[in-house]
Amino acid sequence: MEPFTSHTGVGVPLRRSNVDTDQIIPAVYLKRVTRTGFEDGLFAAWRADDSFILNQEPFRGGSVLVAGPDFGTGSSREHAVWALMDYGFRVVLSSRFADIFRGNAGKQGLVAAQCEQSDIELLWKLLENEPGTEVTVDLTAKTVRAKDFSAAFQIDDYTRWRLLEGLDDIGLTLRNVDAIGEFEGRRPTWLPTTNPVTAG
Amino acid sequence: MGRTLAEKVWDAHLVRKGDGAEPDLIYIDLHLVHEVTSPQAFDGLRLAGRTLRRPDLTIATEDHNVPTIDVELPIADPVSRTQVDTLRRNCAEFGVRLHPMGDAEQGIVHVVGPQLGLTQPGMTVVCGDSHTSTHGAFGSIAFGIGTSEVEHVMATQTLPLKPFKTMAINVNGTLRPGVTSKDVILAVIAKIGTGGGQGYILEYRGDTIEAMSMEARMTVCNMSIEAGARAGMIAPDDTTFDYIEGRDHAPKGADWDAAVEYWRSLRTDDDATFDMEVDIDADALTPFVTWGTNPGQGLPLAERVPDPEDFGDDNAKVAAEKALAYMGLEPGTPLREIHVDTVFLGSCTNGRIEDLRAAAEVLKGRKVASDVRMLVVPGSMRVRAQAESEGLDKVFTAAGAEWRSAGCSMCLGMNPDQLKPGERSASTSNRNFEGRQGKGGRTHLVSPLVAAATAVRGTLSSPSDLD
Repeated sequence: MEPFTSHTGVGVPLRRSNVDTDQIIPAVYLKRVTRTGFEDGLFAAWRADDSFILNQEPFRGGSVLVAGPDFGTGSSREHAVWALMDYGFRVVLSSRFADIFRGNAGKQGLVAAQCEQSDIELLWKLLENEPGTEVTVDLTAKTVRAKDFSAAFQIDDYTRWRLLEGLDDIGLTLRNVDAIGEFEGRRPTWLPTTNPVTAG
Repeated sequence: MGRTLAEKVWDAHLVRKGDGAEPDLIYIDLHLVHEVTSPQAFDGLRLAGRTLRRPDLTIATEDHNVPTIDVELPIADPVSRTQVDTLRRNCAEFGVRLHPMGDAEQGIVHVVGPQLGLTQPGMTVVCGDSHTSTHGAFGSIAFGIGTSEVEHVMATQTLPLKPFKTMAINVNGTLRPGVTSKDVILAVIAKIGTGGGQGYILEYRGDTIEAMSMEARMTVCNMSIEAGARAGMIAPDDTTFDYIEGRDHAPKGADWDAAVEYWRSLRTDDDATFDMEVDIDADALTPFVTWGTNPGQGLPLAERVPDPEDFGDDNAKVAAEKALAYMGLEPGTPLREIHVDTVFLGSCTNGRIEDLRAAAEVLKGRKVASDVRMLVVPGSMRVRAQAESEGLDKVFTAAGAEWRSAGCSMCLGMNPDQLKPGERSASTSNRNFEGRQGKGGRTHLVSPLVAAATAVRGTLSSPSDLD
């Protein structure tokens, strides 16, 4: 994972709450077996409508998505994060994220920055009044800035540290491989395995 | 200070307690795998030269993409076929037990685990699927994960996780005839909202829950994610133990006794406290249906389509307006007058044998309305075989419904079972999101009883409307 310290890019106001992962990428786009190439599926149903924000300049080239509350609800599909990143988004701002989406984002280097809804509303107005306004998201300082607007955002400290350092979770966990082995030695023997059971 | 059920199970799986901001490292007892969220994880292992640490705690099935007719033929959609073939190759390479299409144990991953006896109390269960919360019905911590986490579990059999907060959902009272566990969970979601459970593990408690069968409990826990909670749990009791005993992977002999003794300790202590508590009066519940495009937008069937103007909160008002526009509904329309084109009975929420029995009981001697198509899709091939041994398939086909093979099917329309644009369904599945069941499709979430009655009348109905 590439380290993330700060990003500046065009902000995209998405005035919707409950943007579920079926909207971010419909199930029919989940059939690829690769980790890339999901940009076509991003908001596929909405992008069929010419008036959708991402079909308008200068939002088409946006990289900071400013969304309503409860972003990323529903399915656990990490494809939602891949689709956003494949399209070019580096940050999503919302007042509330679904747990699994936020976790998936943190694994892939997409910053899910939690802001007050009042700040989201201010940003929406700013981005709508002055399309093309660039938004700077500074992960070191945990701030989001655009023109005169400035606000703090929340992100859990551990995810922030991993993003700043660009660390691979599996590599970190494998430092504890001895502890994992010891734990396995203590597990009750009656716990099930998936080894086929023979009749009898 | 006492501990909650969730805290007990969590503590029993601590490989390493995190320092400060660092998460805990939690051991995973069972990893369920399917074709959609695993290919990139297997690829990741290969790229890093890593092995799958515990294939003996891993099991795979084909469910999301599989057709539910002509299952003996190759999958017609080449992209779906590639994904299923990729799973088969990966399972062979990494030594994972797989139940492919055509196998007697194939089915939806959350139906397969419990029926094999692999899901047991006090375990940690994960899968790259948000409805993994289903397995919490056994008193396990079970939750959906993304593909990066799937790879993490494959490589390490652990996950780094921050402890969840705990929420008690107290459900007390007696459900009236015609009211099911599906109505209970839809009422819970309508009450706390689609984000109400974020950051929490829910524990469903109270005499209503205790009176439920295991399958009914699975329906409740299944939709915890629809309230924003990654996991929902129910303390194991004799109902749980009776369900597990004798299944393929259940402990046997002295192991059984040791397991039950431990399982009996898995209850929230009397002096434990939850971070939040919510009360639901089961006596007051009636059949529940959704009218909007998220599972929190639901009402009792006797109500009318709401008016967005009546929502106090601006976001809720805008969301309701958008939902009604998408659903093609007018405020004030009685929900009972909404006509559907399709009825879908199935999914990991309501595709088990009791669900099929309940719907068949309603359909017996009746006909599906001439302008309605009804799909009955068992949750697993074992459920299908059981239903056929009871003659339920005959009841469904005599009524004019289609009797299919097992899979996720129209719950998410990754296979050919989809709604057409503008079509409306009554569906026993779990999500009424825009386009979930097919581009432009409109979904009303319902119980199996409401699904069956709706199929007969052609408009949203409960069995009592048929008398």
